Amino acid sequence: MEATVKSHFITEQPKTPSKPLVLWRPTAKTGFVSWLTTVDHKRIGFLYGAFALFFFLVGGIEALLIRTQLMFPNNTVLTAQQYNTMFTMHGTTMIFLAVMPLGAAFFNFVMPLQIGARDVAFPRLNAFSLWTFLAGAIIVNIGWFGPILEKILGASNGMQGAPNAGWFGYAPLTAKQYIASHSVDYWVMGLQLLGVASIAAALNFIVTIINLRAPGMTMMRLPVFTWMTLVTSFLIILSFPAITIALVELMMDRQFGTNFFEVSNGGMPILWQHLFWVFGHPEVYILILPAMGIVSEILPTFSRKPLFGYPIVVFSGACIGFLGFAVWSHHMFTTGMGTVATAAFALATMAIAVPTGVKIFNWIGTIWGGHLQMRTPMMFALGFIWMFMIGGFSGIMHSAAPADAQQQDSYFVVAHFHYVLIGGSIFALLGGIHYWFPLIFGRKVSEFWGKVSFWVVFVGFNVTFFPMHFLGLNGMPRRTFTYDGNMGWNTANLISSLGAYTLGIGILIYFIAMIYTYYKGEKVGRDPWDGRTLEWSIKTSPPPEYNFAVTPTVHARDAFWYEKHHSDEIAKETAEHAKEEGAHGGIHMPFQSIYPLVASTGILIGSFAVSALNSNPAPGIHVKLGLAIFGLIVMLTGVYLWSLEGADGYHIHLDKDGNILEDEPAASHH
Amino acid sequence: MTSHAATGPIDHHQDVTTSTGIPNKKLLMWAFLASDCMFFGTLISTHLIYRLHPPAGNPVPRDVFDVPLTSFSTFILLMSSLMMALAVNAIQKGNLRSMRFSLLTTAFFGSIFLGCQVWEFWHFVYEKHMTITNSILGTTFFTLTGTHGTHVLIGVIWLMSMYFYSFTGRLTEKQAIDVEMMGLYWHFVDIVWIVIFTAVYLLEYL
Repeated sequence: MEATVKSHFITEQPKTPSKPLVLWRPTAKTGFVSWLTTVDHKRIGFLYGAFALFFFLVGGIEALLIRTQLMFPNNTVLTAQQYNTMFTMHGTTMIFLAVMPLGAAFFNFVMPLQIGARDVAFPRLNAFSLWTFLAGAIIVNIGWFGPILEKILGASNGMQGAPNAGWFGYAPLTAKQYIASHSVDYWVMGLQLLGVASIAAALNFIVTIINLRAPGMTMMRLPVFTWMTLVTSFLIILSFPAITIALVELMMDRQFGTNFFEVSNGGMPILWQHLFWVFGHPEVYILILPAMGIVSEILPTFSRKPLFGYPIVVFSGACIGFLGFAVWSHHMFTTGMGTVATAAFALATMAIAVPTGVKIFNWIGTIWGGHLQMRTPMMFALGFIWMFMIGGFSGIMHSAAPADAQQQDSYFVVAHFHYVLIGGSIFALLGGIHYWFPLIFGRKVSEFWGKVSFWVVFVGFNVTFFPMHFLGLNGMPRRTFTYDGNMGWNTANLISSLGAYTLGIGILIYFIAMIYTYYKGEKVGRDPWDGRTLEWSIKTSPPPEYNFAVTPTVHARDAFWYEKHHSDEIAKETAEHAKEEGAHGGIHMPFQSIYPLVASTGILIGSFAVSALNSNPAPGIHVKLGLAIFGLIVMLTGVYLWSLEGADGYHIHLDKDGNILEDEPAASHH
Repeated sequence: MTSHAATGPIDHHQDVTTSTGIPNKKLLMWAFLASDCMFFGTLISTHLIYRLHPPAGNPVPRDVFDVPLTSFSTFILLMSSLMMALAVNAIQKGNLRSMRFSLLTTAFFGSIFLGCQVWEFWHFVYEKHMTITNSILGTTFFTLTGTHGTHVLIGVIWLMSMYFYSFTGRLTEKQAIDVEMMGLYWHFVDIVWIVIFTAVYLLEYL
């Protein structure tokens, strides 16, 4: 079993060690191989974060190209085709490859520490999620390298170009007769892989939060960030199937000539919209709930107060998650669903503003009367509340179906969702990086450069997106690559583009400050912010591989705060538990494994074959089929060896300072 | 699971190492099945929606389906669930021989179901001339039942893998959860078939 983290202090005695059914057990703790075979949630979280930030920059460059094209009327920086590719890839990249994995990075790194666990419930499944996410990211982006691939694999393979049908991929635009090249196939396949990765990770987080809590960590003592991780994970496992099946149907249409969205044979393109938005709207909350969790950690810490109305904040989060499944059709008010459906979805959408508003009032209640410390994470959190509210207000405007009919597909909508996604999600995530940077790297980002980056980002963001409200109300449509000079849109577009460059500079300052801090930043000890939650209780930062020298016992909601104010009681208790754990065989650590990576590699090979290779002309089908089967075999090999090696581990014992005294390798662990 | 005391009976319903007492693997499988429900829910919805809007020339389901045969294969699949339950029961009592027999029978019944499905597909394509491309009914029918068939196939492979694994001596009463988890999956695939049988086949005869 991979359940290595105990809630109780019972460990099995090593019994007759059976011979391991394993070909190769990697043991490297440093170096390249150690990263490929890691099962440590902190390293996996770091890798998620690194990949996410890389794609965040890629998506940002795509956005700047879009704004450069729109800076002047009748601009020719990009062709219409290139522009389509840019907005498609910008949306897809930011949502699936930047914001979601950045959330996953925090889920991985912080959540197990917050509940007092030593790892997630299934460490190797966690590694599999990471590598499959990477495989999906590669497939989505592989179209950029189409021309090079064509040279290698032979001309006229139809590979040119990255996906260009919009991040929503509306049928029948994605049908073979409209986009014959493989660009849509990359998008379809890549998103399926990202779905598999997200679902696997979410299942893992659900089991971890429900089952691996430290003693005394009841559900209503969970930090709010952990709560939001749980709600988000449920949203992921319940909403991703809808888009996965929609993508499967589209793939069947494109690869096998089925009729799901083929109008001439009875298919209905509207079905795509329903399935896409049944996923698409919960996805919005998948992006924002982790941000709300982060803000709910930052605000109390820097207000020197507990979170105001904890049960209500938690309940509102769950309520938002629940209602999130009942509002998808507000993306489709103009499709002619009929009065009743439209009214029902408008009402449900308005209802969702209630728990959201409740949260905002609770955050205000938290900072009300607090001793506010205006550190960088706090600036981002306060910016979040304000900017997210602006996005929320324009959201409420959309919920009224008649108003939405006017705003549909205009820049007003673009302004709205960038306020909730940048002003909301990204602000909170950037603040979260600042907040947990000392925990993850043991260094603190300079306050001066942190605040400079915040203000430049803040100003740049508003200058970019506020004018879009006016552009939209003046009738400028989304997704058009240029506009005429006599529409009255010139000034606002110019301002918006200049704002985008400012935003870009702000992000650049932010990243330079991060990289500088990573190498040369001020070193800090444990708990630099005087925090309240268990992740700050770890003696060293970055935390050791085993996280907690002794599994903590939780006595109150702000667990670490309680520890700090009852230090004698806690010290006594910890010493007792240390003895108990030592007597029961010490700290159990899972073995590293290469097989999750093998399985993901097989998936990557198979998906590449299916999405990138032609089945015509005739010899093509053999290459395609052969490579797909090869990928399947690699994947199955990985999965079988993964099962056969078993979830074994070894035990370590610690001295008083947390140094590892002895290793007991290969203790059988069934 | 970890940490059952060396002596004393194993409690298969309570895992003392987890916060809730539910074994991690069981919780994982339940959560996965919740997710899988949505996969099948989406496919079944697609079928039911398109069923209401048949274009001209769409095959008439009553002319295509062979309900007696499908009823037979449904019955066989249900019986396989019985054998699966017996297999879980056997391993929880440490009875490897009985478990192996039940596992084999489960896989055998699953294979009969798959055989019926292959025959049915062949029959529909070559006798009834309904293919996955030539009609919307063919598209939704073959995709939905094909996805279910893939689930059964994965289940059969899993059952057989577990059967052979049991000869390594590593599958004991302590690993009963591994069989139980597989059982949850198998029962779920059966239950989904009941829904599909009702919504796709029987609904046409109302």
